Amino acid sequence: MSAPFMSLYRCCQRSALLVVSRRSLSSVSPPSSVSPPSSVSPPSSVSPPSSVSPPSSVSPPSSVSPPPLHTRFLLYLTQRFYDVEMLQSWSFLQRWKRVQKRNTYYSYVQKNYGSDIAAAYYILSLKGRFRFVGQSEWFITDRRGKFNGDFLDHKNTPLEEVNMNYTGINYRGLDNLEVQKSLRTLSLRGCPEVNDWFLARLHMFEDSLEELDISHCPRITTGGLAALRNLKGLKRLDVSSLPGISSPGVVIILLEEMLPKCDVTANGYDHTLREES
Amino acid sequence: MSTWQRVHVNLRKAHGLFPVSSRRVTQPNTWKYGHVTLCKSLSTSRPLRNDFFKDLEVQLAAMRQKALDALPGSDWSPLEMDRSLPPERADVVIYSQASTVLSAGGIRQQFSLPENICLSMASTQFMKNINEHLHVLNEDPVDLQFNHSGYLFLANEEVAHIMEENYKTQRSFGAHVSLLSATQLKEKFPWINTDGVALASYGLENEGWFDPWTLLHAFKRKALSLGAEQCIGEVTDFKYTSNIATTAEGDQVAQSRITSVKVQVSNSLEYQPIECAIVVNAAGALSGKLAAMLGISLPVEPRKRYIYVFNCPDGPGLDTPFLIDCSGVWFRREGLGGNYIAGTSPEEALEPDTSDLEVDYQFFEEKVWPHLASRVPALEKLKVTSAWAGFYDYNTFDQNGVIGLHPFLNNMFFATGFSGHGLQHSPAVGRAVAELIMEGNFTSIDLSNLSFRRIIQKEPMLERNIL
Repeated sequence: MSAPFMSLYRCCQRSALLVVSRRSLSSVSPPSSVSPPSSVSPPSSVSPPSSVSPPSSVSPPSSVSPPPLHTRFLLYLTQRFYDVEMLQSWSFLQRWKRVQKRNTYYSYVQKNYGSDIAAAYYILSLKGRFRFVGQSEWFITDRRGKFNGDFLDHKNTPLEEVNMNYTGINYRGLDNLEVQKSLRTLSLRGCPEVNDWFLARLHMFEDSLEELDISHCPRITTGGLAALRNLKGLKRLDVSSLPGISSPGVVIILLEEMLPKCDVTANGYDHTLREES
Repeated sequence: MSTWQRVHVNLRKAHGLFPVSSRRVTQPNTWKYGHVTLCKSLSTSRPLRNDFFKDLEVQLAAMRQKALDALPGSDWSPLEMDRSLPPERADVVIYSQASTVLSAGGIRQQFSLPENICLSMASTQFMKNINEHLHVLNEDPVDLQFNHSGYLFLANEEVAHIMEENYKTQRSFGAHVSLLSATQLKEKFPWINTDGVALASYGLENEGWFDPWTLLHAFKRKALSLGAEQCIGEVTDFKYTSNIATTAEGDQVAQSRITSVKVQVSNSLEYQPIECAIVVNAAGALSGKLAAMLGISLPVEPRKRYIYVFNCPDGPGLDTPFLIDCSGVWFRREGLGGNYIAGTSPEEALEPDTSDLEVDYQFFEEKVWPHLASRVPALEKLKVTSAWAGFYDYNTFDQNGVIGLHPFLNNMFFATGFSGHGLQHSPAVGRAVAELIMEGNFTSIDLSNLSFRRIIQKEPMLERNIL
């Protein structure tokens, strides 16, 4: 009986999306589950929208101090205008798409020049550096990201050392490095997109990898370190300053037990005993 | 009829917007605005009329509040809606009472049925990009606490050939699994006692365990942010219409369509019939009971399974996989403090009673510990710290999921009966059911082998290693 009213009500609700409208500011709104679609946080389930919420950053939320002024202002606008909220979620998705795009599989280069050159090209396009087997010179990119085509002279030479510090490599990028059976050193210091899933894929280098550096990567957690169990030939491992590990002391000891032949370096952790509050 | 009564009540209330005196005026000859006293009022009784100016502030505040309510963006509506009850109409009602948070939380690709392998792989892909799929603006990113430790299946002589065939199937679908002989196994995991083990199957990638509550909460948060309504209640009845047809043999067959679902609010006598277009039955262990209300016989029943938490300080370390022994006993690491969880499936004849979730510790002593201790000698000295029980949605027919429509029921979709694998297949099954609803058939993974047809035609799709 009230069906036509309900559908009319829902129509009005949805058309509100197209109009810039002010939203209710009270944080003690009635416990409604009929919030407008794509709203930020309906009060019934999640914490009420207050002006001091953690910023919408991608790194694990660990800040205790209030976020900076521009973040708070952006949050204030997002809670009041649908347009700003839509723009912000769109920009979040664009950021993720950009990362995925830079880590795609270079199939064209792979088909025409071979997989080693494809791997080399991929590394250089992400501003990393590498060294071929049997060569002593490193191929690098300059500060503006440009590199010359010298690496094309060495066809069908596998890579031996790869340095991808502070680049945007993620688990999809390992498709390009899949067939490198003689990779000995991999350095991934400070890479923001290297996470546990990336470490799980490293088993493809289990025979050859001897040195791995994953220090300062913010997204690695304990579960990912368990994935390093397959790298039995590893000789040097650097896990310094990983912010994602909750109890570093225990984890380092367990890592050393898991990889007995490996020399584990773990600096940058505060091992002092804290008072239980 | 009750809705119309509620509308009437609201209209009466709405008159309060403008101050109307509802009390009888006893002195009609007094001034319009009542007594204006120049000195302190000495009377102690209430004024006989509504004094407009005295109540002005209160009235203005009430008017302002009502105006704010009426602006777009607030959730005021001209119809009085009782928020404690479910809505009267809904497009899709999903009924679910599942053992998600009681699960051990493992995910693996080591199945023998191609559909199961593909479902697991699709679910892992979903979890790899979970923050992109389930991201809610200005909320914390989802952290599933996924432990990438892999699954390790042990096989004795009799079943080693089955394991090899399964391995070939899994590799052909792209799962990263490796086979280990007994000596390789001993080399990799020196703490395992390899007596009786002929072959082992070890997952290298995309296998492990995670926190089921985080996944559930992430799904719920995203659904609510997209506008779904969450109501808590119990389905007690269905109203449906049927067309009865006669088959060639003269049998009567009823083609039914659900028109409304009666939902009873918990701990109260209130109920609400929800008219809906589509019902999804994801009720886990209780889906059989739900289907019985419609006269459908779904061979899914609850089966109680125990999980025991114990502490063993000398136990295996960080590389402990989810170990599944030939006898069916399994255990895995939990956290970093030397805690492990273990369990097993009891034999058919000794199934425990499913009326409650009480744990039987005797079961651990007799059925779980001996096998654990013989397989991993370090676990001979352990101390059970706690335990819990949960229900499998056990498919008595062939222990695999039932996904899709029932031939005699036009608008109920089933997504149940996974017998212990519901959690790991859940993202992919959800996508499959969504494809069924929106497009009418499967577009990403073809799960037609898991439909209701096999139950009616009595063709079981058996899995060769069930947990």
